[in-house]
Amino acid sequence: MIKDFKYLRASSVKEALGFLSQHKEESKIICGGQSLLILLRQGLVATEYLIDIKQVNELSYIDFDAKKGLRMGATTTHRTIEKSDLIKKKYKVLSDMERYLAHIQVRNWGTIGGNLAHADPAGDPAPVLMALSGSIKVGSAKGERTISLDDFYTDLFETALEEGEMILEVQVPALAPKTGAAYKKFNILESDQGIISVAACVTLNGGSTCKEARICLGNAAPTVIRAKQAEAKLKGQKLDEGLLEEVGLAAVAECDPVADIHASEDFRRHLVGIFTKRMVKQAWEAAKKA
Amino acid sequence: MERHLLRITVNGQEHELYINPKTLLVEVIRDHLGLTGTKRGCETVSCGACTMIVEGMSVKGCSVLAMQVDGLKVTTVEGLEDHGKLHPIQKAFIDHGSYQCGFCTSGMLMSSKALLDENPKATIKEIREGLDGNLCRCTGYNSIVRAVDAVCKGQYREDEA
Repeated sequence: MIKDFKYLRASSVKEALGFLSQHKEESKIICGGQSLLILLRQGLVATEYLIDIKQVNELSYIDFDAKKGLRMGATTTHRTIEKSDLIKKKYKVLSDMERYLAHIQVRNWGTIGGNLAHADPAGDPAPVLMALSGSIKVGSAKGERTISLDDFYTDLFETALEEGEMILEVQVPALAPKTGAAYKKFNILESDQGIISVAACVTLNGGSTCKEARICLGNAAPTVIRAKQAEAKLKGQKLDEGLLEEVGLAAVAECDPVADIHASEDFRRHLVGIFTKRMVKQAWEAAKKA
Repeated sequence: MERHLLRITVNGQEHELYINPKTLLVEVIRDHLGLTGTKRGCETVSCGACTMIVEGMSVKGCSVLAMQVDGLKVTTVEGLEDHGKLHPIQKAFIDHGSYQCGFCTSGMLMSSKALLDENPKATIKEIREGLDGNLCRCTGYNSIVRAVDAVCKGQYREDEA
């Protein structure tokens, strides 16, 4: 049973930020509500004021600029991202990820900003965006700031958003030449959340050595994390089976998963190793062709 | 208790009602408007029994606040037939026996409708992906996919409006 709340519909960013600064911790923002409504119904979240930004259309956009990279407004739906020809062309890993994010009904109504703010470690977009060196522009009545996704998640279902702040935009830099990325989650049903997931992004030097690599693990710790030891093992190296094995083992050592009804801690670690190897290899192959 | 004015068009008919803002779309459709074809199943965005179409997009009515569809057009399973004439997808479901208990049927029909509107020539794989958000616990999936496939292959063309 959802506890009663006062409903405030914002029609602009300015109005939403005004409501937020007025009601602060007594308020929650709803956009698509595909995560929040479940929590409200289960009584895990109760709020005095619900600020609805679903109709803030000024935050629904996808822009690309060769210098600035990709900009996606917070109220852009998952389905819009999935279907965007621009994203299919420039960030295929993002549209591939969206295709298997929950199912069509959720993607039609749910939004990228809401998904990232929900801070579920098993969410799909965060590891991919983190691997792509993405960041989040947030705003409050006082102004705007940009937070790297590396620093955005502070704990289970917690973010670096401060009182009165909300997500305005997701930013992803333009990919360097010879860069490839890959993402995969392990699950029983395709539309489920991942039991674990791994995203990798590899940039090669002109030849065949790794210049830069980012490996991000989903649902393998209280937040989405970067496997930095595993990334370091790739730098300056040539890809072979021995190296992949080392990278996988490093990621296994870095993750900190919990056991639940879907998988034990050991099984999750085992999966992290396998998926890290596969995704690094896949990203590397994609980088060669880029 | 706070009440808000909601204006929605359901199956072509305009409605104005005053609701508690926590009311879900499926509650407005079933309890306020009495259109009980849409079912409440899991209520956790999993089963798809409450699927309806808002402005051409399939959504799950259990996970959308009714206030968020203020001013929008909603189609429920009751809106598929046109003056007693069944929609091709409804005919195909009957012909292929695409249900056992029937609880998932209205959601399956609405997801199928959304899929066909977007992609009238869907392949079997696309049909299966399009129905990914709907569960049938009688496991009647194959007959459902056959029905949608029959419409995609043009076997119900004379029934189309």
